[in-house]
Amino acid sequence: MKAEIVSTEPRSPDHGDLSLGVDVGGTNTDAVVLDASNRVIAHTKQPTTDDVTGGIRAAIAAVLETLGDRRGEVARVMMGTTHATNAIVGRRGLGRVAVIRLGAPAATGFPPLTGWPQDLRDSVLAGSAVLPGGHMVDGMPISPLDPRAVKDFLSGLEQPVDAVAVCGIFSPSFPEQEARVGEIVREHLGQDTPVSLSQDIGAIGLLERENATVLNAALYGIARGVADALLTVVEEQDLTDAAVYFAQNDGTLMALDFAARFPVLTIGSGPANSIRGAAFLSGAENAIVIDVGGTTSDLGVVVGGFPRESTLPREIGGVRTNFRMPDVLSIGVGGGTHVDTQTGRVGPGSVGHRLQTAALTFGGETATLTDAVVHAGHDTAIANEWSLDVPQDVGRVLEAALGRAHEWLQESVERLSHGKLDMPLVVVGGGAFLVPAELPGAGTVLRPEHGDVANAVGAAMSLVGGRAQEIGTYEDRDEAVAKASRAAVERAIEAGADPLRVEVVDILETPISYSAQQTVRVSVKAAGPLARLGSKNPTPA
Amino acid sequence: MTRNISSDDVAALAAGAAIFGTGGGGAVTTSQFGVADALSKHGPVRLRTVEELTDDDMVIVMAGIGAPTVGIEMLPSAEQPETLLREAERVAGRRITAVMATEIGGTNGVGPVGWAAQLGLDVLDADGMGRAFPEATMVAMNVAGVPRDTTVLSDVVGNVIVMRTVDATWLERHVRAFSVASGSLCLGASLLDAKDVPGAVIEGTVSRAIEVGHAMLEAEEPVHALARTLRADVLINGKIIDVSRRTEGGFVRGSVTISGTGTERDRLLRVELQNENLVVLEDGEILVSVPDLVTLVDSETGHAISTELLRFGQRVSVLAWACDPLWRTERGLDIAGPRAFGYDIDYVPFEAGAISRPSTEQNEEPSTSGANA
Repeated sequence: MKAEIVSTEPRSPDHGDLSLGVDVGGTNTDAVVLDASNRVIAHTKQPTTDDVTGGIRAAIAAVLETLGDRRGEVARVMMGTTHATNAIVGRRGLGRVAVIRLGAPAATGFPPLTGWPQDLRDSVLAGSAVLPGGHMVDGMPISPLDPRAVKDFLSGLEQPVDAVAVCGIFSPSFPEQEARVGEIVREHLGQDTPVSLSQDIGAIGLLERENATVLNAALYGIARGVADALLTVVEEQDLTDAAVYFAQNDGTLMALDFAARFPVLTIGSGPANSIRGAAFLSGAENAIVIDVGGTTSDLGVVVGGFPRESTLPREIGGVRTNFRMPDVLSIGVGGGTHVDTQTGRVGPGSVGHRLQTAALTFGGETATLTDAVVHAGHDTAIANEWSLDVPQDVGRVLEAALGRAHEWLQESVERLSHGKLDMPLVVVGGGAFLVPAELPGAGTVLRPEHGDVANAVGAAMSLVGGRAQEIGTYEDRDEAVAKASRAAVERAIEAGADPLRVEVVDILETPISYSAQQTVRVSVKAAGPLARLGSKNPTPA
Repeated sequence: MTRNISSDDVAALAAGAAIFGTGGGGAVTTSQFGVADALSKHGPVRLRTVEELTDDDMVIVMAGIGAPTVGIEMLPSAEQPETLLREAERVAGRRITAVMATEIGGTNGVGPVGWAAQLGLDVLDADGMGRAFPEATMVAMNVAGVPRDTTVLSDVVGNVIVMRTVDATWLERHVRAFSVASGSLCLGASLLDAKDVPGAVIEGTVSRAIEVGHAMLEAEEPVHALARTLRADVLINGKIIDVSRRTEGGFVRGSVTISGTGTERDRLLRVELQNENLVVLEDGEILVSVPDLVTLVDSETGHAISTELLRFGQRVSVLAWACDPLWRTERGLDIAGPRAFGYDIDYVPFEAGAISRPSTEQNEEPSTSGANA
């Protein structure tokens, strides 16, 4: 963030330019409202309800209450949610999917959904086929597409399906065939049949991309449910003029209709929002962010305003996928982390949300890292407010435990910092007092105001992004980058970004060895701020 | 001793093969799925030692050949191994009884077990490298001077080609051309007569990979378990502070720098890599050089990290251990020593425990390995 001076003068209200961010977590549903200069002007924390709608309703009602007369100025509602993740992990509410892989006779050795946990496979798979089609890396067709075989497969399905997933070999580079199969599916099963094409979901890596595509297809119903819940509350609260968005896993937003088509992209949006929101509140464009909770500390890195993505394949509910996820490191250091006063062992157990009753400081029986901070008595709010009387030996154990926790935090920060010692460390979360005023390996320690609702802030001020990949020879590298860039920009605009302000923000290149022609894989991401209301261009096809 | 490889061994075989991949050899995950699937369908395969081979046996030496990045996208055809076997038997004019992996390191160390299950053949407890190497010339059979004049290749579409090549260099050249025409991925099988096997392969490597994998996956301290089982030294525990990579002559070349952590905070280690980890340097001194084995593993889980997945900030431990004596012969070093990879240095034989250094354990009792006689 460039040094932006926030005026202390009263601002004239910017009519219709407030952003309302909602984050539905496992425990709390948070909501914030940001004004046009992204200042927090209302915030709340409400318990998450089983039906989800209740928590969203309470949170949105609370911030609108704070807004009072300005509630009519809410122009956007942005939602971060863990619904998709929970549905996959809990095997709840998933749709039944017919899976078509294109590439036979290649890729016939491993049928679709290979390696999935059996129960998840049983609840998702309505049938699968590996059919002719697909391309080689150089664009040579493996075999011609056989429309008849696609129709026969669809006719042979024994039960109705909720959605169809299509995954062709090298479809991210040669997309036409998957699109053609999508048309055939809709002609055959009806125009309303949701079809998930792998080229829209993931990168090179057939099984992982196919897995993510199938998960995406299985999540359409869930996505509709959450979208409806949010829209219900939006209507109840008379926010119908507001545009509604979902946060996705890399910290950017997508329009509601895009989210409805790509629900799998919401997975991981929680940590992404937290990282982005915390960095934004602190004013840092490049920073390490640490969210200290009751049980764990989650660390991430924000680079140029975006959460750094993980390059390793990620598993969701036991399924390997390769879609974009923030690089998050979780360690067992939280405010409620146990300190064994006999052995001196720190964690991994935690009193969690029972901190206020279980910790020594609050009259409980369990020594925790919170007690260690209070005992140390450094200048923190909690140590200033509370005191703790313990025998000398217990005191020594607590001191050692706090030292150990600081070492772990320092090691984690070093691990994420890539050796850049001057990156600021942004500390948020209920256990933020565990992070000392100075941590070797980190730059300035920043503790932004409203850090406890950083994830809702992250949802409310996210950009809109899109990513695309290309494989090209070394000689054609520039053309590959240009082609991928165009596709990425188109995707960002399709997701709701302002066409005038969208730009390429990231280019990854991977050389491919072994081939006679030197080949390179480029992956480009584009992002931009949301298109302003009233100036939204027609979405390009 | 004859034993079987069952479904219970697949994860261990994959983890172990990745360790022997020394950073190359391709990701093992996809072939791990395939092998698990094949073993559950066709039952366990018999693992036979070199001594158990008779004159009636005929071996095919199999490998997937191509770009690892293509290998994760264009998966093999189910019929490919069958097509190869049929053609190999036709060319050989006799029945083939066992499959041997060309290289135990990486995906090619895993796949042959599944192919053997599918084809109803035994697996020979041996391979052609004892690790991973990038070229068809870099095999024990070539070191020992056993001619591999007949090779069968097939692509995912069903094209089959039989090559009679005059030597390993020409084999490498023609295999590469076919691989490119096949979309940078093909499956290859060379014929190896049982009588030529002794002395021309690296023995015991399949069971060793499984043993190493089990040890790692079942250990509380996987890196420790790896070092013990491999009879390897942990050269450093640290984090990656620099990765530089470039492509030269169709191969990835680069280096990775690891900074020590904990008690090794003041140390810097550099690993020179191509597709595999090849040379390890510290303070200008060569600690390890190819064909000795170097693998970077995740310090927590012990899982091998292949060269294309190395990145800043990873916590890694660097393991090094001695290669098979065959590679230390003059011809072995000509074929796969440092100079074969373009490094203008002499091979420095590595022996685990021979270099004295600070304890490689953190917050532990002093290391018991590394006793310097």
